[in-house]
Amino acid sequence: MTDLSHIRNFSIVAHIDHGKSTLADRLIQSTNTVADRDMKAQLLDSMDIERERGITIKANTVRIDYTADNGEAYILNLIDTPGHVDFAYEVSRSMRAVEGSLLVVDSTQGVEAQTLANVYQAIDADHEIVPVLNKIDLPASECDRVAEQIEDVIGIDASGAIRVSAKTGIGIHETLEAIVNLLPAPKGDRDAPLKAMLVDSWYDSYLGVIVLVRVIDGVMKKNDRVKFMSNGTVHGIDKIGVFRPQMQDVAELGPGEIGFITASIKQVRDTRVGDTITSERKGTEVALDGFKPAQPVVFCGLFPVDSSEFEDLRDAIEKLALNDASFSHEMETSAALGFGFRCGFLGLLHLEVIRDRIEREYDIDLITTAPSVVYHVYMRDGEMIELHNPADMPDLTHVDHLEEPRIKATILVPDEYLGDVLKLCQDRRGVQLDLTYAGSRAMVVYDLPLNEVVFDFYDRLKSVTKGYASFDYQMTGYQQDNLVKMSVLVNDEPVDALSMMVHRDRAEARGRAMVEKLKDLIPRHMFKIPIQAAIGGKVIARETLSALRKDVTAKCYGGDATRKRKLLDKQKAGKKKMRQFGKVDIPQEAFISALKMDS
Amino acid sequence: MPEDWENGGFGLYIHWPFCQAKCPYCDFNSHVVAQIDQRAWADAYVSEIARIGAETEGRVLRSVFFGGGTPSLMDPDVVDAILTKIRATWPIANDIEVTLEANPTSVEAGRFAGYRDAGVNRVSMGVQALNDADLKALGRLHSASEAMQAFDIARSVFDRVSFDLIYARQGQTLKDWEAELRQALGLAVDHLSLYQLTIEDGTAFGDRYAAGKLRGLPDDDVAADMYALTQGVCEDTGFAGYEVSNHARPGCESTHNKIYWKYGDYAGIGPGAHGRLTLGGTRFATEAPRAPAAWLSQVRQTGNGDLCRDVLSLDDQFAEFLLMGMRLRDGVSVARFSQLSDNILINKINGLVEIGMLEYNTETLRLSQQGYPVLNAVLRKLLED
Repeated sequence: MTDLSHIRNFSIVAHIDHGKSTLADRLIQSTNTVADRDMKAQLLDSMDIERERGITIKANTVRIDYTADNGEAYILNLIDTPGHVDFAYEVSRSMRAVEGSLLVVDSTQGVEAQTLANVYQAIDADHEIVPVLNKIDLPASECDRVAEQIEDVIGIDASGAIRVSAKTGIGIHETLEAIVNLLPAPKGDRDAPLKAMLVDSWYDSYLGVIVLVRVIDGVMKKNDRVKFMSNGTVHGIDKIGVFRPQMQDVAELGPGEIGFITASIKQVRDTRVGDTITSERKGTEVALDGFKPAQPVVFCGLFPVDSSEFEDLRDAIEKLALNDASFSHEMETSAALGFGFRCGFLGLLHLEVIRDRIEREYDIDLITTAPSVVYHVYMRDGEMIELHNPADMPDLTHVDHLEEPRIKATILVPDEYLGDVLKLCQDRRGVQLDLTYAGSRAMVVYDLPLNEVVFDFYDRLKSVTKGYASFDYQMTGYQQDNLVKMSVLVNDEPVDALSMMVHRDRAEARGRAMVEKLKDLIPRHMFKIPIQAAIGGKVIARETLSALRKDVTAKCYGGDATRKRKLLDKQKAGKKKMRQFGKVDIPQEAFISALKMDS
Repeated sequence: MPEDWENGGFGLYIHWPFCQAKCPYCDFNSHVVAQIDQRAWADAYVSEIARIGAETEGRVLRSVFFGGGTPSLMDPDVVDAILTKIRATWPIANDIEVTLEANPTSVEAGRFAGYRDAGVNRVSMGVQALNDADLKALGRLHSASEAMQAFDIARSVFDRVSFDLIYARQGQTLKDWEAELRQALGLAVDHLSLYQLTIEDGTAFGDRYAAGKLRGLPDDDVAADMYALTQGVCEDTGFAGYEVSNHARPGCESTHNKIYWKYGDYAGIGPGAHGRLTLGGTRFATEAPRAPAAWLSQVRQTGNGDLCRDVLSLDDQFAEFLLMGMRLRDGVSVARFSQLSDNILINKINGLVEIGMLEYNTETLRLSQQGYPVLNAVLRKLLED
């Protein structure tokens, strides 16, 4: 065991691309935790998608041995947290598992919205925060200006900020010393009943579920029987250890330590982030505060392009769900798209990550329907229904009113794009809460309906600001508004997969944009096709796709029969990418593209 | 019971793969070479006729078609050798049609009498346009007036003369085309092929189109108007359309092409030639190597010019039967397609009848006036799973 005074637990807070992973790699490398030959860039991001997108989805951890300038040996535990708003709860739990943070800011860029959200989480967790200015080797580096910005925007002292180039190794030693000298040691009582926090968990096909834990009080050992307090399940510990970053068994984990256990757990679902782990007997009575089960906030339908792949999709979704307690799914049938699943996610990034993984790891082409938020439908009889799918909207005569979720969005943007950002937020029914400046960058805070954000808000924001804006949000609660279900009819048949909830005032514009887009996306047929948007029985927008007038091969003689037959076969295969709706074939991309609004 | 092909009859296609120049719109198997050993080619064709004749002994031959390339570059002696061999191989129908495709130049017109003496009784001339600027744009080597002189010679030599025009050309308006079409109908003898310009991959036009450099092509709506106009004007002048792009005076339709469209049997001889042959109850698709030198040496060395001979499944036959047969104004025989397919088509047919694309009775399935210009869409619907 290690004396508590010689342990330091910390996380790194940073915006995407500000060098968090590179800094972590350098800390690991400079302490010889990993042999040079095993080093690969971004050691801790283990999934392809994580590496590609430069984000961390699951918390990772590494234990580093470091002998400080004072001659004492220390154990440094780094928890690398998910850096995205979708995973804000997971971030908050990771933050509670450590005592301090390195705040890494790119000295050529400055503070970004995501940095803010995460640094506030660190402040909430009473962290000691050490500012680190990275990329000082670049000519565009402006350390003084960025330090000042950190003081202005975040309100912490940045005069002693460590100047680092994670790329070249400058400042790495100073960073390690600051961790030892500036961050507090953990507190805890070895003799008290076991109390440990479940920081994260994931599925490993050999070991079953691996649980990342932070021991607060007491000791965990192999073969101990431990209880998960949220659901009362009891498991025997099969394996206990730490990450360096490979798994390495240890005899025990004591107070202040971070490591893993495995206990023949089959489903990640049974291990909830933030839960308290204690001994089966003589355990603690008091669980750690702040635990809450994950709540999906964004829903969409996932359907296989090829309907024969439904079972494969079921298999893929169930496997992914084993490893992700925050991802919910239930079977859904759509008249347009056949059998699929209604899935719930923590946010849009979570949605994209799951969708990408199904398409890539399981090789299933998907149709994704419009993302929808969870509406609260208050019935006349006082009952409240959670609406996950516009198709399930109850009969209006029984509905009293609807409420929708709202968010507090924080956007940091260079001054020259501010006007466009304000217009975008206004267009999306936003209410401005705050507007301040930090240097040449504006920070705007808006109260926005989440349903206006889930469509393509982030894409639009990126495009109107040429990628210079950063954006983050948190859920604030529900609010009543004039919301209606808009249906889309193609050739007089409602297309369930295209129906959506919209604000009444925005319905005409949305409906118009939708029918115009569909007119371009649906190929001409042998007959003309009316395309309408309607609220209840009232048509609010209409376009007519004119009939195909000419599609005939001019020359077809004896030498052409084989080629024309093969062409027809090929078109037949291509038609599998269409969905038949009444007499109309709708290409699958229409279901996705029609929902991306340009205004 | 007779075999299915007998409903269409039996014909022979001879492919001559050489041209003086490659036209920018043409995706046919044609090649430009400095020298041609005409004797060697004649021998190869004769050898192939003997080979196929042995497999199809006793069939009555209804037509021979010399296509290309530019068959009017063939020496009349070569044509004579081929036709002599054919007469010695199969029983010949009394009304056999022997067609040769010709370019309308003075040099080629000089050989017309020789072709007639060899047994050719019909020419099909690639006039393509009736003004010099458009002929140049289409890469043709003849002028409009030269074409007219060649055409006059053809009329004096042959009873039956057809010619081709290409329309929906760059910069062509509906009015331009109507004037040209009326002029053409004034010249026409008994048959006209009127093709809308199609941009094919792998041609010079295809490359220019892909690069965005082929401008002024009529859009689909104008092209549809041009097509409708063509049908109306031709019908009023006694040249009713009997196929998508072909028009004839009553009784003067092309016997040879109707074998294709009625899905009969045809032997294909020459580089890149395709055939359909029913042998021992099985229908085969045959195909010859496209490169002229490869075909010639293969025939010489192995005595067989085919690259492959593939069995056509009943589904394949049915698809081909429909995609060829529905091109005809008269449509297809219901009795025949019932034999080729056990697919339940009736719902699809009824759906297409309902929206006015098809006409259907107990004997015949055919396109309506309205369905004609969207034949491909109708076929996709009929043949979908």
